[in-house]
Amino acid sequence: MSNISATLNALKERGKKALVTFITAGDPNLATSEQIVHALIESGVDLIELGFPFSDPMADGPTIQLASERALESGTTLRGVLDMVARIRQHSNVPILLMGYYNPVFCYGLEAFARDAASAGVDGLLLVDLPPEEAEELHPWLRAAGIDLITLLAPTSDAARSARLASAGEGFLYYVSMTGVTGSKQVDAGAIAAAVHDLKEQSPVPVAVGFGVSTPDDARAVARIADAVVVGSALVKLIAEFSGSPGLLDEVRGFVRQLKAAI
Amino acid sequence: MNYQQPDFRGHFGQFGGRYVAETLMPALLELEEGYRQCQADPSFQSEFDAYLKNYVGRPSPLYYARRISEHLGGAKIYLKREDLNHTGAHKVNNTVGQVLLARRMGKSKVIAETGAGQHGVATATVAALFGLECDVFMGKEDIRRQSLNVFRMKLLGARVHEVTSGTATLKDAMNEALRYWVTHVRDTFYVIGTVAGPHPYPQMVRDFQSVIGHEAKAQILEAEGRLPDVAVACIGGGSNAMGLFYPFVDDAAVRLIGVEAAGLGVATGKHAASISAGRVGVLHGNKTYLLQNDDGQIQHAHSISAGLDYPGVGPEHAYLKDLGRAEYVSVTDDEALAAFRMLTEMEGIIPALESAHAIAHLTRLAPVLTREDVILVCLSGRGDKDIHTVADAMGFEL
Repeated sequence: MSNISATLNALKERGKKALVTFITAGDPNLATSEQIVHALIESGVDLIELGFPFSDPMADGPTIQLASERALESGTTLRGVLDMVARIRQHSNVPILLMGYYNPVFCYGLEAFARDAASAGVDGLLLVDLPPEEAEELHPWLRAAGIDLITLLAPTSDAARSARLASAGEGFLYYVSMTGVTGSKQVDAGAIAAAVHDLKEQSPVPVAVGFGVSTPDDARAVARIADAVVVGSALVKLIAEFSGSPGLLDEVRGFVRQLKAAI
Repeated sequence: MNYQQPDFRGHFGQFGGRYVAETLMPALLELEEGYRQCQADPSFQSEFDAYLKNYVGRPSPLYYARRISEHLGGAKIYLKREDLNHTGAHKVNNTVGQVLLARRMGKSKVIAETGAGQHGVATATVAALFGLECDVFMGKEDIRRQSLNVFRMKLLGARVHEVTSGTATLKDAMNEALRYWVTHVRDTFYVIGTVAGPHPYPQMVRDFQSVIGHEAKAQILEAEGRLPDVAVACIGGGSNAMGLFYPFVDDAAVRLIGVEAAGLGVATGKHAASISAGRVGVLHGNKTYLLQNDDGQIQHAHSISAGLDYPGVGPEHAYLKDLGRAEYVSVTDDEALAAFRMLTEMEGIIPALESAHAIAHLTRLAPVLTREDVILVCLSGRGDKDIHTVADAMGFEL
């Protein structure tokens, strides 16, 4: 079993919910991102999701678009993000998931990426613009390297499609809580409860919910129905607000502790 | 026809496909099914043909450009006059088709991205015709250089959204349109203006635009009694070129030449020549040739023509290039401006700057062919929208 599934299943067996946090690697620079990741791990985050920047983040709202622009301005490359993961791996075994768009991975080379990501210690990959229909050229390389390819599901996916994709899930299923870009609306836990319930029945792996989870209250509501809660834009916004300030890491720790307490 | 592309999943060889967020996948599958039903429905085709005839003004003429043919001293040059269509460019062929499809699919709102504004105007026009809500996404930089088209869209009742992210041009307008579509996917039809984007758009837009090539083929057979030796068209995303080329793909003796924008020169890095100077990658839902750096980040395109200012190209062009069936060349801003003036002064036709790129290539091509050779060129749009840009470039104050 992968590090991701093992970690999430162990929590599930103890009746606990997992907290997954997203940050854009390289915002404001990779050295700071590395410190932030350590702060997240110390504060009890169960799974680290690291966004690698892309020039054209079509599925993201303004918060993550701007973070992506800042990361590119600071010279962040996919290679640089992998190197950061390798450094983090010297201190922690927390599952690490890379998230982004397909082109940087395609440009890196599929075989080379799978090899280098595995050797850096990456556990999973989530590509927003790579639906299962197009994943055939990449998937075998990831499988051979022991990296989970995370499947996204959306409220627009019909029942048959959801069931088919859910049954093939690896690591965990990522349910997008709404029709929209990241950080655009507030999650409505009541509206997604039935869909998440069905996915949990159909999926061999735990189900996480993300998009629109920004406050401890949102996290609490989502944790009641899902196995894992993903917080992204709210954390990225906090990092932007306190970027360059000596209080940044304390702010991050404080926010994560509130989220942990809520779930 | 021997040429059958794309495959059932929307791939043209290694190109094309459907690289989008899961939220959009069901909408694309629904669109594919809706389009398939319309293709099989003769009443759709007759409705489409009737609007092309009575509303757009088709067939567009095929005009023998005697003076530039003689001036260049070689082949006979025929212009396919898409500039004479309603709204002044080939774009409307496709928007009529897609909006008719949107109506049949029960969608009440349409959105579009636009670069030069021609596709935005064409979408706003057909939305007005059928009383649909219309939102158009346009880069801030393009809004500045195409203010006339912005006002036309507003007059037609469309909301024009200024896009300031990224390079504030066509690629960013497309990003923003995709973001809006993700958010409003259930009741909104996205009218993509070129042969790019996720499947089925490249195929569907090509099919709607192929009226250009079908008409031109019949017209040149009537005028010359034979097929042309060469067919030439400009390429940004490549919709007028694909519309012209497609009916000739199986006619192996007809050379197909796409003309990309070389901007300030391919060697300067300030250009939009994705096929000539790009590498394979994935953007806006399809795999194709893209202008990108070594880390897979998309680079700024540059062209004096807003409609060609795009760092990618339709996947079928990428396929035809690799197949060796079509040739792709590029011309600079300066060459396009010279061609703009040549056509204006010698034929009394003011071309769009996009189309002027195709004309510019004739100055290289026609002289090396014989007087018996025939070149068919798509004059994809008229140049009224570009008057300010051309005046600026000539140092003329309006």
